[in-house]
Amino acid sequence: MSKLLEVKDLAIYFDTYQAEVQAVRGVSFELDEKETLAIVGESGSGKSVTAQSLMRLTPMPPGKFAGGSILFNGEDLTKKSESQMESIRGKDISMIFQDPMTSLNPTMTIGKQIAEGLIKHQNMSKKEAHNRGVELLKLVGIPNPEKRINQYPHEYSGGMRQRAMIAIALACNPKVLIADEPTTALDVTIQAQILDLMRDLQQKTGTAIILITHDLGVVANAASRVAVMYGGKIVETGNVDEIFYNPKHPYTWGLLSSMPKINNGEEELQAIPGSPPDLADPPKGCPFVARCPYAMKLCENHMPEYTNLSDTQKTACWLLDERAPEVEPPESAIVGGAKVHG
Amino acid sequence: MAKQEKLLEIKDLKKHFKLDRNSTLKAVDGITFDIYKGETFGLVGESGCGKSTAGRTIMRLYEATAGEVDFNGENVHTKKTKRELKKFNRDMQMIFQDPYASLNPRMTVKDIIAEGIDIHGLAKSKQERLDRVNELLKTVGLSEEHGNRYPHEFSGGQRQRIGIARALAVDPEFIVADEPISALDVSIQAQVVNLLQRLQKEHGLTYLFIAHDLSMVKHISDRVGVMYLGNMAEIATSDDLYAEPLHPYTQALLSAIPISDPEVERSRERIIVEGDVPSPVNPPSGCRFRTRCPFATDICAEVVPEFQEYEKDHWVACHLYNDKYNDAFEGKKALVTK
Repeated sequence: MSKLLEVKDLAIYFDTYQAEVQAVRGVSFELDEKETLAIVGESGSGKSVTAQSLMRLTPMPPGKFAGGSILFNGEDLTKKSESQMESIRGKDISMIFQDPMTSLNPTMTIGKQIAEGLIKHQNMSKKEAHNRGVELLKLVGIPNPEKRINQYPHEYSGGMRQRAMIAIALACNPKVLIADEPTTALDVTIQAQILDLMRDLQQKTGTAIILITHDLGVVANAASRVAVMYGGKIVETGNVDEIFYNPKHPYTWGLLSSMPKINNGEEELQAIPGSPPDLADPPKGCPFVARCPYAMKLCENHMPEYTNLSDTQKTACWLLDERAPEVEPPESAIVGGAKVHG
Repeated sequence: MAKQEKLLEIKDLKKHFKLDRNSTLKAVDGITFDIYKGETFGLVGESGCGKSTAGRTIMRLYEATAGEVDFNGENVHTKKTKRELKKFNRDMQMIFQDPYASLNPRMTVKDIIAEGIDIHGLAKSKQERLDRVNELLKTVGLSEEHGNRYPHEFSGGQRQRIGIARALAVDPEFIVADEPISALDVSIQAQVVNLLQRLQKEHGLTYLFIAHDLSMVKHISDRVGVMYLGNMAEIATSDDLYAEPLHPYTQALLSAIPISDPEVERSRERIIVEGDVPSPVNPPSGCRFRTRCPFATDICAEVVPEFQEYEKDHWVACHLYNDKYNDAFEGKKALVTK
């Protein structure tokens, strides 16, 4: 598979009144064609800033690139001018957001909002764009698209707005779709519909998806590869099976442990104690050190290098160093354990 | 489970909001259930199903339109003098969803927590008040020094702890927790849930736990009620409900939860319900779920299903489980119980 997007050592800082916040501190990953890469992490881990910067949507200032590059089609997006970016946004890379109410324009009909990109990027006439809009609404499962296309966002329900947003995002057949918590604001039954829809559309159009989420259930459902972010860094990455069945980073263990298991579990949840680091004053060593039950002296001052565990999985943790003590993941972090015994 | 003492009896509770002269939003439209002493009753449903309104009406933040809530045998919604109301308010407290909006930003944490203590005159001296606050801070895992700070200095998880300390300050018997963890990160959610469970054991509290996250509700609740569009669809112990959901809506809801296990996700068959929740201003006739229900037949549009005890302690409102309508569903029943 060929690489579509290559992010190398990306760093993004924000100047704030109090201090410089280092939201993203050296993040590297690749996106292959037709795959779904999930970036998971808690609020403040830098996952949304990373995703937004791919489309250069982070406001700069106060934000700034502090290093690294984003290679798309061999060109560095961090070096592009605003007008060059305009011809990429919506055409090659597009995005759907968490809250479909605030991210659609309330004063424009859904049809106009779909047509915008088509007219700009594909030189369609208004008429052609309108017809394509109807097709797109049909594609994303909106009933009665001929009528619905002339309605305004407030006339749509939450789930339908998200469908409309997906239609807008996919209008120009982008190569990359960034979905930033696309189902977080939706109810579970609607979430299931939207995840299904995204999977369907990916099979039809071959778009690669970057899925930003904090919900490991959604990751297990939709992703082919996973990057776990914590404190502005990717601490572990691998394909979806590796992350769920053979995680090596204590933070990944913690995340898996703190999820209640639906098929067992009277016992207490294994919470991760403490709270995430303050990125205005980021830790010198491993970002997870303050909450890690296995932390060693060295972790405080030295950021671990990535250890390659397979062709796809790499983990940044000192425990994987050959001199480190052997540590087994806690039982609560083992996914699918109940299935083996049952 | 031994025969338990009822703490709350909710009988045909209704809460309607008048929108204008011609339309009424029936947020809660006749729900009946009991909450036993010392248990956690989970209330789940999608947005707009009336679960929060139900919680608020039960503790009289809203006046009920009809029906009755008995708390320790006493009707909550009868006319009360100020003094009676005050006494009653002490027994029921609430923890809110949004820890950013539910704490007064201009008060110190100490004063936020002590507000209830002051109103009810629970501390005789300044020292006693301070001691009590410090004790509460410790109980919820914060330190004494935190008392002098303001809410904006705290993270979401910490704020939720402050909200819990405030609720505990007046020694309540019953706490309505309205989506207490929805706004928090996964790793912090577990901390707060563990705290709530520990406090329940230590203080003998009874919870009404309102949430849309079904896996967390299963974890924390003894019994669970599923609401749909202002009605109760099903009530069962949490093990029964998850092992053997009866109502098609519960089945769909459970099958829609993504499980954090890729293999399970790949192999599982989902029941996807079509469409959206209809408007509670103009709900469908008969069974309210019929417009999205894969099993619906004519009878569902005509007759409102009765809320009946199908198995011991397992209540459901669906014609599929009423022998009277066996003929209406020929063949379809087998599908339900597979």
